Amino acid sequence: MTARIENLTPENFETRVVESGQPVLVDFYADWCAPCRVIGPVVDQFANDYADRVDVYKVDVDSSPELAVRFGVRSIPTLVLFKDGAPVETLVGVVTKGQLGGLVEKLAA
Amino acid sequence: MKRIEVFSKDWCPYCDRAKALLDARGLPYEVFDVTNDPALEAEMRERASRRTVPQIFIDGEHVGGYDDLAALDANGALTTAVADEAHERSHHRLLIIGSGPAGYTAALYAARANLKPALVAGMEQGGQLMTTTDVENWPGGDIGLTGPELMDKLLEHATRFEAEIITDHITAADFSTRPFRLAGERGEYTADAVVIATGATARYLGLPSEQRFRGRGVSACATCDGFFFRDQPVVVVGGGNTAVEEALYLANIASHVTLVHRRAELRAEKILQDRLFALVEKGKVSIAWNSELDEVLGNDEGVTGARLRQSDGQTRELDAEGVFIAIGHEPNTGLFTGQLESWHGFLKVRGGPGANATATSVPGVYAAGDVADPVYRQAVTSAATGAMAALDAERFLSESEIETRRAA
Repeated sequence: MTARIENLTPENFETRVVESGQPVLVDFYADWCAPCRVIGPVVDQFANDYADRVDVYKVDVDSSPELAVRFGVRSIPTLVLFKDGAPVETLVGVVTKGQLGGLVEKLAA
Repeated sequence: MKRIEVFSKDWCPYCDRAKALLDARGLPYEVFDVTNDPALEAEMRERASRRTVPQIFIDGEHVGGYDDLAALDANGALTTAVADEAHERSHHRLLIIGSGPAGYTAALYAARANLKPALVAGMEQGGQLMTTTDVENWPGGDIGLTGPELMDKLLEHATRFEAEIITDHITAADFSTRPFRLAGERGEYTADAVVIATGATARYLGLPSEQRFRGRGVSACATCDGFFFRDQPVVVVGGGNTAVEEALYLANIASHVTLVHRRAELRAEKILQDRLFALVEKGKVSIAWNSELDEVLGNDEGVTGARLRQSDGQTRELDAEGVFIAIGHEPNTGLFTGQLESWHGFLKVRGGPGANATATSVPGVYAAGDVADPVYRQAVTSAATGAMAALDAERFLSESEIETRRAA
C-alpha cells in the first residue's frame, strides 16, 4: 500500500525540497477542490512508482498559502517539479500518470 | 510485469553487470546460458542480429547489450518499459466511457438490465459537475445540493446494481473490429457494445497570453481557483449559465467582478440574470457589454489586468488579478475522429422518433450526454440520454445474441 504523502509547510519546505538530493514533485491542493481529489490517486501512484527517483510532497494551500504565493500558484491542482531546489516544470490542472512520468523522463534525459 | 530474457555466457562480466542492474531494480528475469548450447546461441543471433553477449529482450523486444540496458535505465525508461505489462485485459458486454450524469445513469440502467456493465471513469471522475457548487435544477434535489454530492449519489446508485467502475482513462478506441477494442493507461478492454459519455471540457479563447498565464491568474474553474483572488478584482468572460454562475460565485470572494460579454444581452437563465443584476445594482459586479477579451495582461508574477476590445474597435484596460474563461465547452471526441460521424465536433446520433435514438454511425456504439449535445447540456438531459443509450445497447445486445444463436 502507498505510504501517506507528507504535507509541506513553510517551516519544513527548505529541508524537504531545497536540500533534497533528487527531483521533488509538489502537489498544491485543497480539500474542497474536486479536481484535486481526482488527481490525488494519480500522484499517490506516481509516488509509489518513482519512489527511488523522485520525492513527492503535498501543499495544502488553505493551511500554507505562503507557499502557493511563493511559487505563483493561483490554480489548483498545480504540480511543480523541483530540481536542485528550483522549480523547473509546472503542470496546471488534471494530468495523467503518463504525463507525469513523461515529465520526469524529460528531466532525466 | 513484462518478461525479461537475458542471454549470457558463463564468463562474461557485462552479463553479470546486466544481471546486477536488473537485481538492483528488483526486476525478475530469465537467464539463457548459451555457453554450450549452439541451438540457443543461434536463436539469440537470429533474434538479436548480434553475436555478442549479453543480449537482453523485454517482452520479446530486443533491447541490446549491457550498455543499451544501462542507457534505458539512465533515462528512466526501463521501469516504465517493464511496468507497462501491469495492463489488465478484460472483456465486457457493455463498456461505458465517462463518469458524468450520462455515464453513471447508463451504468445504472444497464446494470438493472443485467448486462453487468463496466464504466471507465476517465481522468476527471464525476465530470463537469465536480466543479459546480449549487445544483438547483436537478428534479427532486435537496436545497443546497452541490455538484460533487450529486455525483457521489449517482456513483453510489450505479454501483448498488453491480456496475463495475474502472479507474482508468481511455486513450485509444477501435470500432472497426468486433468486439470493439479500447485501450487505457492501465488496461485493455474489449466490448460487444459501447456507450460513449465522455462529455465536454471547458473551452479557452486560444489567445497566446491566455495560455501563458494559465494557472497564474487565468482559470476556467471559479470554484477551484476563486480562493486565490480574495479581495482582488477579477474578470469573467462569457454570457451563458456557466459565466454568470462563476461571476455570482466570485462576487462573494473577489473585491469586484467584471463580466465581459461579446453581445448586448446574456444567454443565461433569467433567474441567474436577476441575481447578477442585483449585484450590479450594489456595485459588486459590472458588465462590459459588446466586448471581447483582447489580451490577458501580466508580468512574471502572473496576471495584472485584461485588455478588452469593444465591438466599435476601441480597446480599454482593466486591473484584474484573475481572468476566468467561461465561454462554453468542447466535446471530448478526439479519440473517435474518423471513426464516428460528427457535427462540429459533437458525435452525431440518430435521434428522431423510434428506438435507437442514441445510435452513432457504428452499430453497437451509442453516445449520451454533452458529447452528443450542443444544445441542452443539462445534468438531467445527460442522465436521460444515458438511460436511453443503455436501453438501446440492451436491445442491440439481445438482438445480436439471437442472431448468433440462429447462426449457430
